[in-house]
Amino acid sequence: MKSVLVRDPLSLFPRIGDWLEPQGARLLVKSGRVELGQGIDAALIRIAAAETGLPHGAIAALPAATHLSPNEGFTAGSLSITVSGLAVRQAAAALRSLAIATAAEIRGCAADALSIRDGHILQTGEDTGLDLLGLAQGLDLSTLVRETPVIDTPRNGAVPDTRPDLRARIAGAPFLQDIAMDGLLHGRVIHPPNVPAQLIAVDEAALAARPGVVKVVRDGAFLGLLTEVEWHAVRAAEWAAAHVTWQYEDNAPDDVRDALRTSNVPPELSLEEGDAPDAGARRVETTASRPYISHGSIGPSAAIALWQKDRLQVWCHSQGIFPLRNAMAEALGLAPESVEITFVPAAGCYGHNGADDAAMDAALLARAVPGRPVRVQWSRADEFGFAASGAAMVVEAEAFLDADGRIAGMVVRPRSAPHMNRPGSGGHPNLRALSLIEGGSPPPVPRDLPLASGGGSDRNAAPLYALPYRKVEKRLVDTLPYRTSSLRALGGFANVLAIEALMDDVAAATGTDPIALRLSHLDDPRAQAVIRTVAGMTGPRPSGGDGRGWGIGFARYKNTAGYCAVLADVTVDEDVSVNRIWSAVDVGEAISPDGVANQIEGGILQALSWTLKEAVPVAAGRVTAQTWDDYPILRFSEVPPVTVTVLDRPDDPPLGAGEAAAGPTAGALSNAVRHALGVRIPDLPLNREMIARTLLRG
Amino acid sequence: MTDRHVFDLTVNGVPRRVEAEPDMPLLYVLRDLMGERETRFGCGDGLCGACTVIVDGRAAEACDLPVSAVAGPVETAASLTGPAGDHPILDALLSRNAGQCGYCLSGIAMRAKAFLEVTPGASRAEIARALDRNLCRCGAHNRILDALEQAAAQMEGTA
Ligand code: FES
Ligand code: FES
Repeated sequence: MKSVLVRDPLSLFPRIGDWLEPQGARLLVKSGRVELGQGIDAALIRIAAAETGLPHGAIAALPAATHLSPNEGFTAGSLSITVSGLAVRQAAAALRSLAIATAAEIRGCAADALSIRDGHILQTGEDTGLDLLGLAQGLDLSTLVRETPVIDTPRNGAVPDTRPDLRARIAGAPFLQDIAMDGLLHGRVIHPPNVPAQLIAVDEAALAARPGVVKVVRDGAFLGLLTEVEWHAVRAAEWAAAHVTWQYEDNAPDDVRDALRTSNVPPELSLEEGDAPDAGARRVETTASRPYISHGSIGPSAAIALWQKDRLQVWCHSQGIFPLRNAMAEALGLAPESVEITFVPAAGCYGHNGADDAAMDAALLARAVPGRPVRVQWSRADEFGFAASGAAMVVEAEAFLDADGRIAGMVVRPRSAPHMNRPGSGGHPNLRALSLIEGGSPPPVPRDLPLASGGGSDRNAAPLYALPYRKVEKRLVDTLPYRTSSLRALGGFANVLAIEALMDDVAAATGTDPIALRLSHLDDPRAQAVIRTVAGMTGPRPSGGDGRGWGIGFARYKNTAGYCAVLADVTVDEDVSVNRIWSAVDVGEAISPDGVANQIEGGILQALSWTLKEAVPVAAGRVTAQTWDDYPILRFSEVPPVTVTVLDRPDDPPLGAGEAAAGPTAGALSNAVRHALGVRIPDLPLNREMIARTLLRG
Repeated sequence: MTDRHVFDLTVNGVPRRVEAEPDMPLLYVLRDLMGERETRFGCGDGLCGACTVIVDGRAAEACDLPVSAVAGPVETAASLTGPAGDHPILDALLSRNAGQCGYCLSGIAMRAKAFLEVTPGASRAEIARALDRNLCRCGAHNRILDALEQAAAQMEGTA
């Protein structure tokens, strides 16, 4: 199997100082990865503490910034720990080794007489008065990480597995939305329902006269306003939204899954391996689909921009500050060096949400008031309506059985809206506002992600099961006018759902136990181990029928990253209620075992919410959801107990945890509902209406 | 041009005077006029709970409460920590790493505080029901409930 292509950050940023910077009493970790709420900063701090022997509290993560950090592209694909974590680990080991070598020289002793405790350097157990941070200030940090001989000095034992940033996130003001700046203006943009669009009518004078409005900014169909007081901006934007007329393409299908099913886009072969089964082989077929899914971050997108002469500074919560810098520079006609972007954390991010577009909005408003910082805060309705949604998909999957009832082959056929509309994709800045301003350009035709990056619509479409024949045929449907982009797990969610539903349908058709069927079609011991582990966690399982059932789902994310098995126990009355969920996960070495468990628990509950409740409503070319009433998500009293076992593999490379649970959770829930009802509900969400509709259809 | 009034509020025990339009929601008064930014904007529609504060002992969505309707002292999440140490709710959330992005937690902590103060020893299911107006997108619900159960027991013991 080919592994995912990942650029080696240490070959691009080879020096210790590219990753670590001693500053006073602290060591700063400078990764180009951004803290999306997933705990990456805490994990990097943990790595640096373990390697250097510095106390946990003496290490801080420097927020990524285009002028300060290594360019690591996007923080996506569950690669942060796999890639940056290892680079930080090696850089920290090199820093420690240099410091110890220097200390040995100063003391005139052998390096192996030295040890480190809480940053202090000890010689045969006695404090030498030297400390690692002090020595580090004098070291040549342009030394190459890979050329520093590693000295494995004994040092502090366990590093606490905590989130040092959490306190401020609860009781303080650490978010982008909270930054105070002198002279800050509040900006709001009046967005058209879709792009491209024309602004047919607006009374700019009336808008400028609304209470508190200090400026109206108009550039083509881009319309915004500025105020000194935030509440005035909220009110003026509401007024404006009700008093503008737009023209945009409103002749569009409302049933996107139907549009996907009937699209005549020719299929593209993304994989064919082995010998095709006989035409006469017994077949089992299933389909799975999901609607558009909203990212649903609790804090809508925001950004701050400050324009001074030809220099633009931006503070934002983008997943990719470097690609965004290049995209904004191109869109605004600036040199990339003139644009400086600093990442500041905001509410949880699960993919390509409105962060990048909000940054462009802020820049366009700030351009009208040079020297004054402008903060743009999208409303909840803006985020539902104008941020890209996760792509709708319809997946057909088919299994061929041999004479013994074993699976001789599988064909998986995803039909999908695009998963990639990030800044810079499609050879275009791909920022929403660029299609509105004078001299701008409409969004490019989206492309799919290549399989070498894990794939987009065909992510996880190749079954991991050991089968004599596997084929994946994808169709990327790029003709729908609703903007979609990367959301946690991309096509891996619906493809795993389809494959895992098919496995259970085969189990039912052949009278096999679903767990035994999976184990007997896997040859990867790590895959088998997570399935066996989860099966052993549950105790007796319901026997099925009568509205109670259980189901399992399994995948290895991208077929190259973390292994995850999920088992669900559900009761289906009119609604599905989930009694309990268990999961076993193998992400290789778990740098922060609690962080891994946290990501898996969260991934399970988010996927549970997608699977049982969520669908972005669209009509006549626009997203119609405005408030949480239009887009219900999981609530506290609907949350089942979730038990996660993290299999520790200290000797295997860390694989990342963020997206591993999504597809397996959907598979487990769909299979549990089938077990409870005796009927497969192929289309998500598995809510009361969908179940009733499916049962009525017979 | 705008119809401004003077309001005298008490925020975390400190008297604060502001001039604002009567319809300005408490959320914007706190964040924008007073610089008290530990209360979050989530939806502005009273539907997510991110902005929950305590007014006169009861949980209230600050985005949905005009400043003119604020009757009684206001408590925000900043009140959970101080020279006397951390409130059991903050302490429990931190000790269990109960959150991912944490954006929802300021409001959840305040809703839980108001609830547990009048319902000491509440069960997990009761706490979950009390939090149904607060959304968490990261899926940290179970950790949050674990922490609040711990805090509930502790608050009952010290009540
Ligand atoms: S911001 Fe107040 S309830 Fe959502
Ligand atoms: S921890 Fe992110 S929304 Fe709750």
